[in-house]
Amino acid sequence: MTAVADKTTSAPPTSPARPGKGRGTGALLTVLAWIVGIGFFFPVLWMVMTAFKTEAQAYTVPPTVFFAPTLDNFAEVFSGGVGPYLLNSVFATVVSTLLVLVLGTPAAFALSLRPVKKTQDVLFFFISTKMLPVVAAIVPIYVVVNYMGALDNIWTLIVLYTAMNLPIAVWMMRSFFLEVPKELLEAASMDGASLWRSLREVVLPIISPGMAATALICMIFAWNEFFFAVNLTASRAATVPVYLVGFITSEGLYFASLCAAATVAALPVVIAGWIAQNKLVQGLSFGAVK
Amino acid sequence: MTATAERVEETRTRPASGPGSRKDGWIRRAPLLPALIFTIIVTQLPFLITIWYSLQSWNLVRPGSQRFVGLENYGTVFTDSQFRGVALNSVLLTLGSVAIAMILGLAIALLLNRAFVGRGIVRTLIITPFLITPVAGALLWKTVLFDPTYGLVNFVLGPFGAGQTDWVSTFPRTAVIIALVWQWTPFMMLLILAGLGSQPPEVLEAARMDGATGFAVFREVTLPHLRRFIELGVVLGAIYLVNTFDTIYMMTQGGPGTASANLPFYIYQRAFLGFDIGESAAMGVVTVVATIIIATLALRLIFRSFSAAEEA
Repeated sequence: MTAVADKTTSAPPTSPARPGKGRGTGALLTVLAWIVGIGFFFPVLWMVMTAFKTEAQAYTVPPTVFFAPTLDNFAEVFSGGVGPYLLNSVFATVVSTLLVLVLGTPAAFALSLRPVKKTQDVLFFFISTKMLPVVAAIVPIYVVVNYMGALDNIWTLIVLYTAMNLPIAVWMMRSFFLEVPKELLEAASMDGASLWRSLREVVLPIISPGMAATALICMIFAWNEFFFAVNLTASRAATVPVYLVGFITSEGLYFASLCAAATVAALPVVIAGWIAQNKLVQGLSFGAVK
Repeated sequence: MTATAERVEETRTRPASGPGSRKDGWIRRAPLLPALIFTIIVTQLPFLITIWYSLQSWNLVRPGSQRFVGLENYGTVFTDSQFRGVALNSVLLTLGSVAIAMILGLAIALLLNRAFVGRGIVRTLIITPFLITPVAGALLWKTVLFDPTYGLVNFVLGPFGAGQTDWVSTFPRTAVIIALVWQWTPFMMLLILAGLGSQPPEVLEAARMDGATGFAVFREVTLPHLRRFIELGVVLGAIYLVNTFDTIYMMTQGGPGTASANLPFYIYQRAFLGFDIGESAAMGVVTVVATIIIATLALRLIFRSFSAAEEA
């Protein structure tokens, strides 16, 4: 037992478990992996469970584990007006992601398959915009947007979310473009295909999984964005994260409805991320992994 | 082919048409321009305006107070002991969260990098905190988990004597770091897992043939291979975490006092609660300069990683 425990701490496995090595170690590591997995997930599970409790059940010591689930909290969240916030979030997320793809795909193309001069400099510029703290821009953005009468306007958020995600998208899509075999493109142009046609028929099918990964990551960031939303919107254009702010004031009273609201806010992205997790891995590593 | 074409282009006069001509250059550049121009307008102009504002005395509470004061705001910022405390907080929160998330992420990735029953499910469970809306995550930690009386954390730690600890007000920085680590460990794990997956099995096998033990293989082969993934994770994590606003806003409001405020939150307070445009702009500029210095060093790392990746 101690020997096994020692092994887990001193020798992390670096690859699929070697055959012939102690089965006990393997089983122990599997159990450990499951414990870690459940541990990370547990706060989320608890949030969802609490969302289905009554307020009284949400406030018991020891915590209530078995209970008859109720939908009251969700009903309350929806009748309490989360609807417009959800719509704003969906609209801002979808439109900004589309804009990112429209602007970013050609840019990534220009930086990969038919590279412009100074590609490295342009790439550097794009990623450097992510290095600058957003907070240093919020004051002028607020003043300018206010001057233009565009405070509390969903299009303001869309423009900012597009700018926020564009650099990441350009980087990611460039790395996907680079994976397109040069021979395929050359063969297409030999066959007399125009650039546009070979793009559409050769390149796009190859990079479309990459574009999907890029879109997914842009959507996650846009859906979860809070800083611009809370500072530049009030009532008409506020998004779901802003809706949740209302709960910090009433926190001591409504655990269950708070959890229902948080679940509604988090669920779309969580489900999308679960479905597309392989793409997520690929996308997050900027396709640096081949 | 492209390499030679470009070299010719640089040394000789441009042909009238075809590859290397001025027209060809613009055709190549055209797809890039919309994204480039958009990014410059939306991200660079505000910074220029920030610099301009930072030279003004301007408080929205006092109408007509706007006037040029040169570097006066910067003097105020540098003598503001709160600002220094907050800057230190920023460093602590960022470094603490990134370091812990990376170490945990590395350990978990190693744990998951073997075939076992339900591997996909465990990975799905672990990435969930990264997907959760940070505002929802912060709210969850602040209330349901960290509540002194009804919170799950105290219930679980009860037998170890935690009892009625009010985590958020007693240990605000630690509470924020815990929430951030919970949220960012999955990201680090995903990156490292991708790195482990790209490791050629033959190299590992060869190392073992030479009689290296598990830990030696990890230190001599796996860790060097993972280096650029670790660097990438640290740099990306730091970029996002240094900008953390939502978690602090929801969990502690920077308090008590400014004990858990970081630069983004403090500047927000000065601008939107104190209405001091000039001074918050100056803080913004100072933050940007500091970030540029740190980011330039970090970018060197990331660029070396990427060019290495592309050559390979």
